[in-house]
Amino acid sequence: MSRAADGIVRPRGASQKALRVLLFVLLGIFALYYLAPLFVMVSTSLKTLEQIRAGTLLSLPTDLTFSAWTKAWSEACVGVRCEGLRPYFLNSIMIAIPGVAISTMLGVFAGYSLTKWRFRGADIIFAMMLFGAFIPFQVVLLPMARTLGFLGLAGTIPGLILVHIFAGLAFTTLFFRTFFVGVADAIVDAAKIDGAGYFTILFKILLPMAVPTFAVTVIWQFTQIWNDFLFGVVFTSTQSNPVTVALNNVVATTTGVKEYNVDMAAAIMAALPTLVVYVVAGRYFVRGLGAGAVKG
Amino acid sequence: MSASARSDGGGGPLRLLEKWLPQIVLAPIFGLSLFFVYGFTAWTLYISFTKSRILPVYEWAGLIQYERLWSTPRWYVAVENLFVFGGLFIFGCLAIGLVLAILLDQRIRAEGALRTIYLYPMALSFIVTGTAWKWILNPGLGVEKLVRDLGFPNFTFDWLVNPDYAIYTVVIAAIWQSSGYVMALFLAGLRSVDDDLIKAAAIDGAGPIRSYVSVILPMLGPVFLSSVIILTHLAIKSFDLVIALTGGGPGYATDLPATFMYAFAFQRSELGMAAASAIMMLTTIVAIMVPYLYSELRGSQR
Repeated sequence: MSRAADGIVRPRGASQKALRVLLFVLLGIFALYYLAPLFVMVSTSLKTLEQIRAGTLLSLPTDLTFSAWTKAWSEACVGVRCEGLRPYFLNSIMIAIPGVAISTMLGVFAGYSLTKWRFRGADIIFAMMLFGAFIPFQVVLLPMARTLGFLGLAGTIPGLILVHIFAGLAFTTLFFRTFFVGVADAIVDAAKIDGAGYFTILFKILLPMAVPTFAVTVIWQFTQIWNDFLFGVVFTSTQSNPVTVALNNVVATTTGVKEYNVDMAAAIMAALPTLVVYVVAGRYFVRGLGAGAVKG
Repeated sequence: MSASARSDGGGGPLRLLEKWLPQIVLAPIFGLSLFFVYGFTAWTLYISFTKSRILPVYEWAGLIQYERLWSTPRWYVAVENLFVFGGLFIFGCLAIGLVLAILLDQRIRAEGALRTIYLYPMALSFIVTGTAWKWILNPGLGVEKLVRDLGFPNFTFDWLVNPDYAIYTVVIAAIWQSSGYVMALFLAGLRSVDDDLIKAAAIDGAGPIRSYVSVILPMLGPVFLSSVIILTHLAIKSFDLVIALTGGGPGYATDLPATFMYAFAFQRSELGMAAASAIMMLTTIVAIMVPYLYSELRGSQR
């Protein structure tokens, strides 16, 4: 990451020093721009409605209250159902865990088969699968709805999990293929000579090396599935909505007094899991973004 | 498992199974992928050539849905919005992303923290982003009130509810969400520029600005290209943000093709037209992605 030479702007002389100050001022202004919405969300969620009306976006809450948070979690109305965000948050967890696990596993096998057991057409198969990463999902909505109907999974959580597995395959395959391509064939060939087979080579030799790729893939898939709205809104019903859909319903509710503090608390809750992942494992997250750009 | 049997063992069914194992494992995965991507796309394509409304009917009707689509004013609004939104979004992300990357590339302290701050919106759902910005742009309570309380009682900022300007609020939120990502791409690009070139430029007496303009930036061409491709792709698929921020409104002033497709498929029971609009989106993306992927994959094969 770090570069051996100095940057272009070097701290030399008075004018250079001024440039340096300017640099930090600019960086600081941008940092404020990116942080402002987060600050506004958090501070609004800690205010009462009176405080919201009396103050402005940037005013701090005068007396902290977490009532908006408890309301968003367990009382806010999503449509006619007033149980807060909790059931939908749990739905999202129940969707994300198997969705991430299965799509990642399938990506491992696909990437492995395509690279370390090369056969004719492997590249074409990969290219065809890769295309799935770029189609606009609007193209698959109608047939998917019909297919889930045929399978009896319309409006259910397992149905949405299936959709996410389908939709994630191209990406997970891409991640693992990229990793396995980089592993020397000599390692695999040596293992073959020693009599190791398809699964032995994968589980005993390659997967222990692939831990960082696992991290990238799991984070990528988790973020995609947790943040998804399109599939959630199309393929689930009220009971099985993921948290993004529930959040949008809370915010879009027009009956009664608009509770902006509850909206903001709900938004933070829906954002928290991916935010935590990003803060804890940021470099894997960034690498995932890079791979999404067909790089690396 | 039988797979651990010796691969150099004798013949027999086990040996045969072993030989074909990679293909056997791959087949269902590839099959699923094939079905999802190509099967479903073909299915949608077919629906777009039928008279399907509430339910799909599978009787060929030619280009009727495309004719209807292209004579629907709302579709024109959506396409026009895509140009406005996409153009400003791509330009804004590139400009901010590049500036940030150059500023961050000056070997400064706190680079890691700043990078984290610039990039975190990318980890958020568009629904969350939309919710936050909807609140900030709220005409009565958001930025408008903030500026009025600062002593400008006549300040108005009601873009969110103004049909002529609402699409720009979508641009603001989208740039906030995605510009950090472009920054990360550019930063990686800047870091991979050969140091010797920069030193050579410095020895030749090039100042910082000249070094960037005539030495460094021209080498970032590929990063520019992939950024534009990714941002275009994001713009065409934009759906969540619009739904959360404006709901496509006021009226259908902030409709994009993606929200148009959703509305016609699931609210207005016009499956055929919805399918036709989805195919138009696909066509646009294919026209952009296929040449790009082709060059990208060919380049990576040395």
